[in-house]
Amino acid sequence: MNTLLQSLRATLALTVVCGVLYPLTVMGVAQVAFPRQAAGSLIVTDGQAMGSELVGQPFSDPRYLWGRPSGTSPSPYNAAASSGRNLGPTNPALTEALAAQATALREAAADPALPIPALLVTASGSGLDPHVSPEAAAVQVPRIAAARGLDEGQVREAVARATTPPALGLLGEPVVNVLQVNLALDATGAGR
Amino acid sequence: MTSGWAFIALYVAVLIGAAIPLGRFIARVLEGERTVLHPVLGWLERALYRVSGVDPEAPMGWAAYAKTLLALGVVSVAIVFAVLLLQGSLPLNPDQLPGVEWTSALNTAVSFVTNTNWQGYAGETTMSHFSQMVALGVQNFVSAAVGIAVMAALARGLRQRQADDLGNAWADIVRGTVYVLLPLSLVLAVALVANGVPQTFSPTVEARLLQPTQDADGAEVTAQRIPLGPVASQVAIKQLGTNGGGFYNTNSAHPLENPNGVSNALQCLAILLIPAALCVTFGELVRDRRQGGALLTAMALLFVLFLVPTVVSEQAGSPALAAAGLTGQGNWEGKEARFGIEASALWATATTAASNGSVNAMHDSLTPLGGFFPLVLMQLGEVVFGGVGSGLYGMIVFAVVAVFVAGLMVGRTPEYLGKKVEAFDMKMASIAVLVPSALALVGLAVAIFAGQARPSMSNPGAHGFSQLLYNYSSMAANNGSAFAGFSANVPFHNLSGAVIMGIARYGVIVAILALAGSLACKKVTPPGAGTLPTHTPLFVGLLCAVVLTIGALTFVPALALGPLAEHFQPVAAEVAR
Repeated sequence: MNTLLQSLRATLALTVVCGVLYPLTVMGVAQVAFPRQAAGSLIVTDGQAMGSELVGQPFSDPRYLWGRPSGTSPSPYNAAASSGRNLGPTNPALTEALAAQATALREAAADPALPIPALLVTASGSGLDPHVSPEAAAVQVPRIAAARGLDEGQVREAVARATTPPALGLLGEPVVNVLQVNLALDATGAGR
Repeated sequence: MTSGWAFIALYVAVLIGAAIPLGRFIARVLEGERTVLHPVLGWLERALYRVSGVDPEAPMGWAAYAKTLLALGVVSVAIVFAVLLLQGSLPLNPDQLPGVEWTSALNTAVSFVTNTNWQGYAGETTMSHFSQMVALGVQNFVSAAVGIAVMAALARGLRQRQADDLGNAWADIVRGTVYVLLPLSLVLAVALVANGVPQTFSPTVEARLLQPTQDADGAEVTAQRIPLGPVASQVAIKQLGTNGGGFYNTNSAHPLENPNGVSNALQCLAILLIPAALCVTFGELVRDRRQGGALLTAMALLFVLFLVPTVVSEQAGSPALAAAGLTGQGNWEGKEARFGIEASALWATATTAASNGSVNAMHDSLTPLGGFFPLVLMQLGEVVFGGVGSGLYGMIVFAVVAVFVAGLMVGRTPEYLGKKVEAFDMKMASIAVLVPSALALVGLAVAIFAGQARPSMSNPGAHGFSQLLYNYSSMAANNGSAFAGFSANVPFHNLSGAVIMGIARYGVIVAILALAGSLACKKVTPPGAGTLPTHTPLFVGLLCAVVLTIGALTFVPALALGPLAEHFQPVAAEVAR
């Protein structure tokens, strides 16, 4: 009984330290040193949240750079319920889904020989991947330029500005932020 | 691809390089010596003893030590269970989430207290900020500290000469928390926020979609609801404490939980850091650094042995990708663009080698062999680094088994660190090795016969069986990662899982402490001509062989029906054609 009482008191004491003081300390430091990141790296225009630069959005319009397919339900890129597609590596349903997305990309580009990067037709783990690879962006540049009546060079420049190389050249992969590219494209006013 | 391998090499080098000084530091903490942190945090340690009403100097025999941990476990489960049930009426619930369904709440309570952090629920839509911080976050610390404590008790049992004192459980738990887990978590959490992990009490943010989309019923969706919360503080300790329970459903694959390559490298390092360091700690505690070095070497060898084929398999791409004409680009399904193939495969190996269970890619979509190796790592009993503390005490049990096997070969009484290994010790070691395996396989069989397996599988064929096998192996190994397509949040799997996780953790802990108590009372025999030295390359090889043999003998039949069958399916189809 004594041990149980000690356990109860110890758990409550540890709760105050690890469950209250610790997260509040982190919060204090975070709010002072990194307020934007601590609040979710939101993109805010005129007081309206346009999204988070870390959370992808669904795009299927030819004028926009497309991100990766999303496994969230009931709608793609549902940030309230992150999820992968969780299809197994030999599941025929996965093969069909990959082929369908490849077809959609080729039809939108009106180019039946468009090379398809695997990254662009596979669903990410979170279903909210904000990025594509530079190659996956490059194959979409001609389509976006045509749909918006822009120079391919202008589109490439928007992509380059939203590209981040891996830190130290080693940590992670080079990525293009899809939402940032599309906001920049809309800001040109072309083809809206 | 080259940079992927370079990253992996850097990872292993930094891991070992950081483990050595950290391990020595932890040893000083557990010995109650003064460290650089004592002037800053000493008051907190003393306050915790005072408030808890415990005497940190009182020696405990194995039974008293075990009783303390069991009592703490029962109280912890009760508190977490109650908080989850009642979260609807508790503060810090800006999204007004209701109480958690009781079987899921019980499963989650046992899961976090046993350092498993199996999650049948989706964090962002189930848990209030209060539940995350006060119920789950606290257990992330305490369950890891309990692991460190048991490891320390076993080391003292091996060091002790004819006395039954294993140290004081309260002192071990409090010191591990205050001087090791809290400072490391604080530093990591701030680094994560700097990289974009949120730390806020804000409710869910509603953002406008640039291009509206449609839901499954064809209705227009124009907004995106982004849940936020005290994420960074939770993520730091879930990685360092080999807990693995994420804030969001998709864990460290979620871009807000793991935003970039830097946060990914830090989190991945945090998975194995303390388990690797504790090998060094063990060497210090038993006053023979070579012993810790041998265990660390064995773990590192086994890790690399499993890591390389996992990476190669993921680089090769999956059968489904090949069937869609996408070859030579790697298996990107279920992986995040910012991490890449290699760093995702590294994480999958690290998280299952340790009993962490966090993920940065969906394991359900790994290639058959890419899923096979992580699955086997769990089935080996989480001894390749393993959980904080639990990996090392598991590996020490295997070392005892290894000296026993070697002793049988030459007909001598086996000994480990000068302690004769006798019948009682072998019984306890056997229990510690066999309980998790038995729980995984029996749990799996019961689920199948109860008709509870098929309805939860989301993939056809052998992969469906892999899902079931993975999920029961994960719970029995106190890992917590999943083949996430499997619908685990149903009463049967919640309740059977709670029983399995509870027995797997505490059944093993009691057996380990009994072993420690038995060893403590023995006298130390000086090494003789017939003694097998336990710090040599020969012993490291023997130890690895014993770990692999026992694991293989136990699980090969089940593995043949799941991942191996799935791997050979396309090959067989090819041959038939």
